[in-house]
Amino acid sequence: MVKNKKLIKTAVKKSVRLVRTQADSPRRATKKGINSIPAKTLKGLYETILRIRRFEEKIIEVYPAQDMKTPVHLCIGEEAIAAAVCIHLRKDDYIFSTHRSHGHSIAKGSDMKRMMAEFYGRKTGCSKGKGGSMHLCDPENGILGSTAIVGGGIPIAVGAGLASLMKGTDTVSVAFFGDGAMDEGTFHESMNFASLKKLPVIFLCENNFYATNSPQSARQPHDNIAMRAAGYGMPGVQVDGNDVVAVYEAAKEAVDRARAGGGPSLVECRTYRWKGHVGPDCDVEKGCRPRDEHEMWLKKCPVERTRKLLLENKIMSEKEMEKLLDNINKEMDEAVEFGRSSPFPDASELFDDVYYKG
Amino acid sequence: MPWTKVYVDKSEFEKAAQLQKEGLRGLTFREALKEATAQMMEKDDRVFVMGEGVDDPGGIFGSTQGLHKKFGKERVMDLPIAENGMTGVAIGAAMAGMRPIFVHMRMDFLPMCMDQIVNHAAKWCYMTGGRTNVPLVIRSIIGKGWGSAAQHSQALQALFMHIPGLKVVMPSTPYDVKGLMVSSIQDGNPVMFIEHRWLYEQIGHVPEEIYTVPIGKGIVRKQGKDVTVVAVSNMVYEAMKAVQPLEAEGIDVEVIDPRTIKPLDEDLIIESVKKTGRLVIVDIGWKTCGVSAEIAAVVAEKAFKYLKAPVKRVTLPDVPTPNSPVLEDAYYFDYKRIVSSVKEMFREV
Ligand SMILES: Cc1ncc(C[n+]2csc(CCOP(=O)(O)OP(=O)(O)O)c2C)c(N)n1
Ligand SMILES: [Mg+2]
Repeated sequence: MVKNKKLIKTAVKKSVRLVRTQADSPRRATKKGINSIPAKTLKGLYETILRIRRFEEKIIEVYPAQDMKTPVHLCIGEEAIAAAVCIHLRKDDYIFSTHRSHGHSIAKGSDMKRMMAEFYGRKTGCSKGKGGSMHLCDPENGILGSTAIVGGGIPIAVGAGLASLMKGTDTVSVAFFGDGAMDEGTFHESMNFASLKKLPVIFLCENNFYATNSPQSARQPHDNIAMRAAGYGMPGVQVDGNDVVAVYEAAKEAVDRARAGGGPSLVECRTYRWKGHVGPDCDVEKGCRPRDEHEMWLKKCPVERTRKLLLENKIMSEKEMEKLLDNINKEMDEAVEFGRSSPFPDASELFDDVYYKG
Repeated sequence: MPWTKVYVDKSEFEKAAQLQKEGLRGLTFREALKEATAQMMEKDDRVFVMGEGVDDPGGIFGSTQGLHKKFGKERVMDLPIAENGMTGVAIGAAMAGMRPIFVHMRMDFLPMCMDQIVNHAAKWCYMTGGRTNVPLVIRSIIGKGWGSAAQHSQALQALFMHIPGLKVVMPSTPYDVKGLMVSSIQDGNPVMFIEHRWLYEQIGHVPEEIYTVPIGKGIVRKQGKDVTVVAVSNMVYEAMKAVQPLEAEGIDVEVIDPRTIKPLDEDLIIESVKKTGRLVIVDIGWKTCGVSAEIAAVVAEKAFKYLKAPVKRVTLPDVPTPNSPVLEDAYYFDYKRIVSSVKEMFREV
């Protein structure tokens, strides 16, 4: 056994090296892309991105008071993806999300008040205080729930796609998941089945290169997730997830294809999580990842990039943006106020909702 | 005996340590667990740790912290998030001569591995007529509080207690967690090693050398003559806290910590019930088909005629864990519920 140790060590080292050299350049926005998106849509994208950012920042602000007793998984740095995907969705389209679901819910149109109330464990919360931050739902908006079990939501999204097909509707279903979920069997089983049945599903991977503190290179032999699609006979594309137009274009293609009966697609959006896996702190401070890597990604801030894009293309003025921010800030204060002032559930409600009563 | 004693808090341990001439070596549950792992890895080349985040700076709430620096990442191996498949890998490695310890930060991830644990690990020895065995330790940690909610706080021990071929241990003290870890690694069977997150900072006496605590042997934590309280995992501490308030009511409690729930130390419980005639079972899991149901059934079968009152069970209600702090408070219980249950029992008869 002892003599094999060296062998194993070099094998481990080699595989780590393999990953970083293989980083292909993900698809960026096309020139045509920016020009073909209506100004109103671009404004809408910026607004959603900003709302998500401010929502998460609001949590960071209020969290030290220790009355928001729920583990929070912030998506700061990844906001463009949720915005640019959900903008293509109708109210009756489904999304299924994960532990990191705030951005998806907001982009799909959930009421922030009810989200905040949920975080504060109140009766008025979107899950009546039973679920907390990891189990948001908004059925009227196509959010049937979110799961904190990695990979758990992917087959469920496929099931919703199957239902669309069986019911003869043209709704589509989006499974949001991280690079970590690709490790799970459910990802592969779901891809196979969705492709087999040509289901209206978009596999939307937010590849932020980490699962908790475990880098992708410790879990996967290479870092090209989009490539997996080929093996399952479906289109796969890799885009810069912090480039809102690139995500917009890729998501549009996938959603349109699914809605038209063309079957599923895999979209890998490369991005980066700025904060810790859970909670408002920063991982870099704990030495969990290289500082230069973190700093490089800070420069790719999706909020800043979108802002610049809109200014340069004269879609919005600085003034309009300021006003927008003011409005959003007000909305955040109201949401927190609503959450904090809402009543707690009665202790007797513990026993409600274990079973559906019709 | 310092190693059988439950120190309800740190000051109690410190007091005891001062009284000892040679001094007591105190470790937390977390440290004792890590020490057992490290010492067994040092002693036995075949032992290795695998699990998501085992080499993380946090190191599974500190229980594997820094071990990868000492033993290398090939023996303290981070994994893909692929619990079922990785359990199969662990089983294969175990049968082929290794001694894996597979760690899960939350017990809630074990349902992902049910196929490999239940259909494969538990059955393999039997299916091969005893010609193979699966020396595998599967660690998992039960969470609690801060809105951990339905998927991050489950106590699923009863699921595993049901399966022939598995052993299930639930240590409560630093001494036991070390001794039981050593026994589990050496056992040769698949052992479900179940910890509670709230035990991690408990302190107690832990000898420096490698020692074992036998699997399948419970222990009397406090002798008493009026009522037997069987408490599992961190409920042992709540049961110990209930002792004095009940003494004040003139009720002398015997506290039993089974330490292993499969195989269960039935004799220890039966003997105690024969003496006291009363049984209260305290579990950290749900009631229906739970650990408490099994223990009550054993006593009903083997010591029915000694019972002076119906058995009482103090458990979680049959409800998923809620998020809201108000509902969490209604869901969980502490020693006060044990006190009131015992008092009720005496009032009723
Ligand atoms: C089945 C399962 N295993 C492990 C975990 C613990 N866990 C929670 S989130 C996470 C990492 C997920 O990484 P990724 O899918 O990339 O999403 P990200 O957090 O990066 O957005 C892990 C391992 C879990 N929740 N579920
Ligand atoms: Mg990730």
